[in-house]
Amino acid sequence: MSSEFMPVLSCPIPKTDYDTIQMAHGAGGRLSAELINKFFLPHFGNPVLNKLDDQAVLDLPAGRLAISTDSFVVDPLFFPGGNIGDLAINGTVNDVAMSGATPLYLTAAFVIEEGLPLETLLAVILAMAEAAKNAGVTIVTGDTKVVNRGQCDKLFITTTGIGIVPPSLQISAGNLKPGDKVILSGTIADHGMAILTTRKGLSFKSHVASDTAPLNGLVAAMLAVTSEIHALRDPTRGGVAMTLNEFATNSNVGILIHESRVPVKPSVQGACEVLGIDPLLVANEGKLVAIVPAEQADRVLRAMQNHPLGGDSVILGEVTAENPGLVVMRTRLGTHRIVDTPLGEQLPRIC
Amino acid sequence: MKYLDEFRNPEVAHQILEQIRKTVTRPWVIMEICGGQTHSIIRNGIDQLLPPEITLVHGPGCPVCVTPLEIIDQAIAIASQPNVIFTSFGDMLRVPGSYKDLLKVKSEGFDVRTVYSPLEAVDLARNNPDKEVVFLAVGFETTAPGNAMAIHQAAKENLTNFSELVSHVLVPPAMEALLSSPENRVQGYLAAGHVCAVMGWWEYEPIAEKYKVPIVPTGFEPVDILEGLLIIIQQLEAGKHEVINQYLRAVTREGNQPAQNLISEIFEITDRKWRGIGTIPASGFQIRPKYAAFDASLKFSVGDIQTNESPDCISGIILQGLKKPTECVAFGTTCTPAHPLGATMVSSEGACAAYHQYQRLRMPVS
Repeated sequence: MSSEFMPVLSCPIPKTDYDTIQMAHGAGGRLSAELINKFFLPHFGNPVLNKLDDQAVLDLPAGRLAISTDSFVVDPLFFPGGNIGDLAINGTVNDVAMSGATPLYLTAAFVIEEGLPLETLLAVILAMAEAAKNAGVTIVTGDTKVVNRGQCDKLFITTTGIGIVPPSLQISAGNLKPGDKVILSGTIADHGMAILTTRKGLSFKSHVASDTAPLNGLVAAMLAVTSEIHALRDPTRGGVAMTLNEFATNSNVGILIHESRVPVKPSVQGACEVLGIDPLLVANEGKLVAIVPAEQADRVLRAMQNHPLGGDSVILGEVTAENPGLVVMRTRLGTHRIVDTPLGEQLPRIC
Repeated sequence: MKYLDEFRNPEVAHQILEQIRKTVTRPWVIMEICGGQTHSIIRNGIDQLLPPEITLVHGPGCPVCVTPLEIIDQAIAIASQPNVIFTSFGDMLRVPGSYKDLLKVKSEGFDVRTVYSPLEAVDLARNNPDKEVVFLAVGFETTAPGNAMAIHQAAKENLTNFSELVSHVLVPPAMEALLSSPENRVQGYLAAGHVCAVMGWWEYEPIAEKYKVPIVPTGFEPVDILEGLLIIIQQLEAGKHEVINQYLRAVTREGNQPAQNLISEIFEITDRKWRGIGTIPASGFQIRPKYAAFDASLKFSVGDIQTNESPDCISGIILQGLKKPTECVAFGTTCTPAHPLGATMVSSEGACAAYHQYQRLRMPVS
């Protein structure tokens, strides 16, 4: 499978009676306890989780609560630039952060296929611990289940995140106004093409890596220059095209973008050309699209460009009163075409 | 990116457009044969930039679109058998058969898989000796070498559990069929560059001569297409009808000889039915008797299938360039990419899908 992209473990595999997951690891007995105590707690541990109660009891700051949940079923588990553990943390952190909230706590549930090497599970746990630390969030409760071989594919993870939204913010896909600017935080299609080119059967060499990253720091940098951000979204499945279409539909406005401004890395563009895929439709895991009033756009753009995760940010286009519900692209030739929502997945199980 | 950026250069494109405007004096109807070119024309809005004298009509060169309904139904019947791994390029899975598509078959629990190359299907056959692995081999001369190579490889390894359901079609007989039709409007052809990369362009010389039409093997980027159109328009205005190669970086007059040798080793020419158009003599490939063991249509008894075509679909008329997709009453209403009535709404190379995706509205040029 994808073991070539599995990282070298930074700590030894704990001594256990088995080197793969057994049904008993999910049965609540001695092996379950061993899995939690030897594998999860040493890396996720914190005062709330360490109590091992059936729930986490949290003291929260005042404000509105943002909550989001997501399941991760990516195949392969490890790919250039990241793994399922990175996605499980960053994906949910990003969904919470797109409300303007500061993500604070995560829950994590694992569905594990019997026979998964414990080494693989440990590599994912270490990646999640590192990603949570980078994102500044704590895993406060969780669950593990083991299913018979063939009843799931290696490992599925569900994370739920909560954060607190500052009082002044009203960020929503329904808030776009004609005249607003559309800002994109960097190159597109890196994640989806990294998965696609890694998949068994697509054996051409490429230097494409996932962009998985927590975007809460970038959002904080943007909010530090203005609270007037109308909408934020991380363009994951369906890509930038899907996000912009959702914005246009929810706000009943048009969106005009410029082909010449769409940032795509040459290696990613090359892979897209070979496979006949439009990068606008391909998933990202470390990018955001922001809708900002025109008078704030330059300040927000500069703040993004000064952040490590927004160096390639561009003003991609603008919100229009014309063509409500549609995204239109001005091509390099000066013509216009519709940027449609993708009909289905370019590929299943990319996150 | 070399070989792409220079052929997408807007300044060069507009210089060629200016030459087209200066050259054209009368109305002309030009057909691009290939669905890949249709896609590029509509995606880039090239039709919006041309002077009003030039009408582009879209040809039958979309393999997904012209694969007959019988073959789709046969594919569905084979894929619905236990012990079969049915493989296909992705677009074919969504083409509506008489009653369902291959994706539905997959959701019913049968083993239907997308592959990017027929050689992947050969790998599957090697790795699953207890299964029958079938590849749906459709397409023009472009995909024929790969599909021939898969059979060649399977024969070499004696993988008797591999077979292909073949519905290959050929471009030159279709061009002749359109030109000889009493309803023909086409006065010049953009020929498909990638087909010519395999087969060369010598086959077009007698067609150009017989029907007095200029034929220009052309690439797929905006500058390619505009340059191909310019070469045709210059000929039409001068009363000439030659085959002139625009796609110099990929195409020679003789084409790719090893690929042609492989094709003729595995395949022979046959009459072929085109969806929406009908049977065109000597317009397809079938597997030679020597390789009959790899012919899925012989291996599985699926001959007696009654098809049921949607009466509202005018894809045959679209594929002959007689109507535009937007002139169909079902377009965008009862027929959409999510619920296609016909194959031209399925493939990204289908004219109906391209119009629906990019040009549902007419938009300004600025």
